[in-house]
Amino acid sequence: MTRTDVLKDDSQQRQKDLIGGYFTRLANAPKTGHKTVATFVPGNLTELISCFDAIPILPEINALQSGMRKLSGNYITEAERQGHSEDVCTYVKCDIGMFEGGNIGPTGEALPKPDLLLLSYTGCFTFMKWFELLREKYGTPSVMLHVPYQGQGEVTPEMRKYVVEQLERVVIPALEHTTGRKFDIDLLREKLAWSSKAEDDLVKVWESAKHRPSPIDGYFGGVYYIGPIFTAFRGTQEGAEYYALLRSEIEQRIREGRGPVTPEGEMKEEKFRLVVEGPPNWTHFRDFWKMFTDEGAVVVASTYTKVGGLYDRGFRHDPKDPLGTLADYCMGCYTNHSLPNRVDLISKYIEEYSADGFLINSVKSCASFSAGQLMILREVEKRTGRTGAFIESDLVDPRYFSAANIKNRIESYLQMLEQKRSSVAGAAR
Amino acid sequence: MTRSPEQIAADCESIYYDLEFKPARDWKAAEPGRKVVGFVPVFCPREVISAAGALAMSIVGAGDWLEVIRGDAYYQSYLCHIPRSIVELAVSNRLDFVDGMLFPSTCDVIRNLSGMWQMLKPGSFVRYVDVPQNYEPEIGGRFWEGELRILAAEIGKLTGVAVTDDSLRESIRIWNENRAAVDEMYLLRRDRPDLAPTSEVYVVLRAGNVMDPASHTKLIREYIATARTSKRAAVDSSRVVIVGAFCEQPPLALIKTIERSGCFIVDDDFLLVSRWYTAPVAETGDPFKALANAFVKHTIPTAVMYSPKTGRGGALIERVKTARAEGVIFAAPSFCTPALLDQPMLVDGLEKAGIPYTAFKYAENTGQFQPIREQTGTFADTMKLWSAV
Amino acid sequence: MSTLPTGTARTSMKTYVGIDLGSTTSKAIILDDNGEILGRGITNSRSNYEMASSVARSEAYVNAKFTLFRRALADRGGSGGSAEELERSFRLEQYFAQLRLLEKFTNLEVEGPRYVAVRAEATPRLEQIFAGMREQAPRFFDAGARRKSDFFRDIAGGSFQAHAEKAADPKLANYSMLLSLYDKAILRVENEPVELGFDANIGPALVRVLSGASDAQREACRAATEYSTSTVFNEVRAVGTGYGRARLPFPKDRIRSEILCHGLGAHAMFENTRTVLDIGGQDTKAIQVDKDGIVTSFQMNDRCAAGCGRYLGYIADEMNLGLHELGPLAQTATRTVRISSTCTVFAGAELRERLSLGEKREDILSGLHRSIILRAMSLLARSGGVEDEFTFTGGVANNAAAVDALRALVKENYGERRLNISPNSIYTGALGAALFSRRDAMTEAKYEGAAA
Repeated sequence: MTRTDVLKDDSQQRQKDLIGGYFTRLANAPKTGHKTVATFVPGNLTELISCFDAIPILPEINALQSGMRKLSGNYITEAERQGHSEDVCTYVKCDIGMFEGGNIGPTGEALPKPDLLLLSYTGCFTFMKWFELLREKYGTPSVMLHVPYQGQGEVTPEMRKYVVEQLERVVIPALEHTTGRKFDIDLLREKLAWSSKAEDDLVKVWESAKHRPSPIDGYFGGVYYIGPIFTAFRGTQEGAEYYALLRSEIEQRIREGRGPVTPEGEMKEEKFRLVVEGPPNWTHFRDFWKMFTDEGAVVVASTYTKVGGLYDRGFRHDPKDPLGTLADYCMGCYTNHSLPNRVDLISKYIEEYSADGFLINSVKSCASFSAGQLMILREVEKRTGRTGAFIESDLVDPRYFSAANIKNRIESYLQMLEQKRSSVAGAAR
Repeated sequence: MTRSPEQIAADCESIYYDLEFKPARDWKAAEPGRKVVGFVPVFCPREVISAAGALAMSIVGAGDWLEVIRGDAYYQSYLCHIPRSIVELAVSNRLDFVDGMLFPSTCDVIRNLSGMWQMLKPGSFVRYVDVPQNYEPEIGGRFWEGELRILAAEIGKLTGVAVTDDSLRESIRIWNENRAAVDEMYLLRRDRPDLAPTSEVYVVLRAGNVMDPASHTKLIREYIATARTSKRAAVDSSRVVIVGAFCEQPPLALIKTIERSGCFIVDDDFLLVSRWYTAPVAETGDPFKALANAFVKHTIPTAVMYSPKTGRGGALIERVKTARAEGVIFAAPSFCTPALLDQPMLVDGLEKAGIPYTAFKYAENTGQFQPIREQTGTFADTMKLWSAV
Repeated sequence: MSTLPTGTARTSMKTYVGIDLGSTTSKAIILDDNGEILGRGITNSRSNYEMASSVARSEAYVNAKFTLFRRALADRGGSGGSAEELERSFRLEQYFAQLRLLEKFTNLEVEGPRYVAVRAEATPRLEQIFAGMREQAPRFFDAGARRKSDFFRDIAGGSFQAHAEKAADPKLANYSMLLSLYDKAILRVENEPVELGFDANIGPALVRVLSGASDAQREACRAATEYSTSTVFNEVRAVGTGYGRARLPFPKDRIRSEILCHGLGAHAMFENTRTVLDIGGQDTKAIQVDKDGIVTSFQMNDRCAAGCGRYLGYIADEMNLGLHELGPLAQTATRTVRISSTCTVFAGAELRERLSLGEKREDILSGLHRSIILRAMSLLARSGGVEDEFTFTGGVANNAAAVDALRALVKENYGERRLNISPNSIYTGALGAALFSRRDAMTEAKYEGAAA
């Protein structure tokens, strides 16, 4: 997420500085005496962690960074050599391989071992095994925050109470123990207020894609936008300032009627508006993006950019109810939603963002996303009357990205949309 | 007329191969108004279902004898096989007599299947059962107790038989008896695997998937009594523990292959729900509290449950010792995330303890046994050589 | 090089071309202004897609000339039989042309430094081999002759081997040395443009055919030939599709995905088509089309290539059978063995295990065919099911056992469906592409006309 050559606006430089600064801070943590807490993006408790002046480590971000820097292949091979199955999640294997290789972060500095593994495993059972594996290997203590799944499509009062109780009685004591600091609920409130402000601006950014042409790409560009808020900058002033800047830039683009900035330059003609479900592939991120820009396809909304919070459906961190709001946040992330809820969301995106179609990128690593996607495809088609496209790749396994194959499908799909469009136009003429 | 262990096993084998689930259908048809509640691996609070007067039917896929046609249309090639065959069973109307379905928090695939079911069978009774991964009685225990009460009320509404403290206590008692019988059968196999081979023990255990617990208990007891006194040719095999097969089940032919290759399976994690608690559930006091307490305190260690402490291999080493096993066979379904991610931790423990192991993957519809026969046969031979040194 | 009699006016004919660059073969279709198929051409593609495209296209143009010949002959009351005979004679001429080239390259090869030691022995033997091959050649093009393949490489290869076996001497000029000469020369032949065109080769072919003909026949054929040779094709537009389409030297708007082309091609062949299943060497496609042949949804096999034609290739290799022998053998099965894995990686192992268990070859094969079709069934389900009518295309559509399995499974799962299989199903994609090129050209002309 730190590529400068992709987005050249001020916000992009700011984003790069933020993320770069974060990794430096993390690398220096042993020197500065900061404790580090590993946690996962979906349902991360950044505000809470930073209340203890600790720095979060996000292994998924490390893995995707390794993927973008073309290092993941070797890391994965190393983990498989150590006995990890070829069938399992490549984020995990990439992380394990990265540890073996000295845990060098994207800025070239070695990252510290975490002092605590905070297992807030929203929406993915692999997370649980992942931290168990790290704990076995490095002896770092772990603490579990069990976040119940919205199996029946909603959060019940019992679920909320359970998460709050765990925060109070398990997570906060563990953080106090690790950092030697007392918990300060007012500090948490302050941070949550910054979160809420950033979230307001981020939602405006997402919704800008309702314009024609869309000033943003809500998937490929979107993963840059979520960088700060999904990592260490939720609940910070600098994070909130970044989103204010981003929003103003995008509002400017709308006024000027400009399309999204892409690695190939500004998109001149918006031919197709798509909704995308599923995470991107990181090892061929730019190639993948180019397959869309080449055809004039812009992604107007995506679900992957909601794994760290579905702010666009109304959720905001609420300083008035600090622990309750964290519980709601954890349970409300995209991957913690039932399949019918996911079908509902994708269908609404298609309508609200006037999309021509939708595409599912099904990644091998992530059963949480992938199991059931073929049914999502069918149900969304039924619901919206629009045909979807289905492609397969992986998060960070370069062996599992068949460019020719994927390009073929994307092209075929878009040509089909084009043909349908002209046949409808022909019939109307 | 008494049946020989072979006859019992043969009868159970025909239940095993019956994809119409006749015993469950018969049970339902025996009295008007009866309901069947199905559940998929790994765990489900069967006591609650029985207390509401329903049959708790365990659905563990369709093995290697159902051609999956439509089920494959729902799943990519890199996902495990069990959800395909379960969907196939559903869309081919083989489960049309099942009145409700429970999907436990086993893994992402099973979890997502709960949502798929809501769309596949709109309006039907489908519940996702989120078991606690926090084992503090006051936190995870209380949450689970609350969830059990909600579930009991909902199933009670489905069956028209409200779950009372008394009926739940009675159900706990019946299931305790069933688990005691299962444990006893496992003990017999552990001590005399020549008299109670796993190919028989497994199908006897598996018959319980579609039977009411009391009848199943009787069946197990019958098998134990007759197997214990049976005369069978002595076999010299190596003693192994099987790990990883807790959800998608290996085909029976695979179990037989392992045995024929020279292994006595003296412990395993097949059909784990039938041995979920390491101690009986309390039969007195508040039954919901008793079940919650049993869950947070006496759940058998398995890959799908969070382990709060380091040393994941410890429990397995303990099992190996208790079973007086010589080695471990990791038999995990292809693409089974919990089993395959757990394995390196267990392997690590075994290596430190000097316990030999071998590993392979299977699918419930595996059709190739030759490579496995060679692998486990070689493994058995090495263990024998090793112990002879 | 024209054999056109002097004084005959040339007529120009508009054509629209579709080229389908597949992973194993490349196909071309030529349409006339009315959208009628004028010609079809096919070649086995090697790594060079551009070459494959040009060979397929010229083949199709030769074929188009015969279509014109046939049309002209029919107008003059000539019989279709003589057209057919002429075409076979023409093929023989083409074969001779390529054979001359092969001989030339073989001789060049033997002149090279590698063969100094054996040259003296090899040269007369090569002469002997090529004389034998020339003598044998007409038999390949007899009426009703059975050929392993229509490709020069295959026919000449077999013939060369047979004659080399006779001519070889273990000590002086051994068989494998002779074959290596052939292997090198054939590669050069395939990459060398050779005049195989209608106009250049029809003369000698005509002479041979008309040697014993009546005057009336002679006159009809002569006039028809004159008509064909005097017609000049004016290629208005070409559209490319298929796996190798990105390598075609075509502008982007002249390239269409094979999904769209297959959909439209199948619609053109069977106009009531609603569902298309294509099983090719590398991939399987399930396509739904509307009443105009416009694709409404499609699914392709996932990353795992299980269940594609290639899988049958592995099985054939494993059983030491020809690909075309699998289906008929499977049809003799008395039972169908359940095969669980269509994984190409495991195919061999599973096969050997079944054989070792005493299962009969044909019963296993029957199971294998069924398992491939099962994969296709799941793709069909993903794409929206099987509607009436249902058209099956691709190489596997020629396999009767696969067709049987498909018919049974479709009936079982979707009820009675009319199943269409065209003998020309291999050209489905190329036909779609050709139709697109005609349609595009006409749309463009319309807009240009409007603008003017």
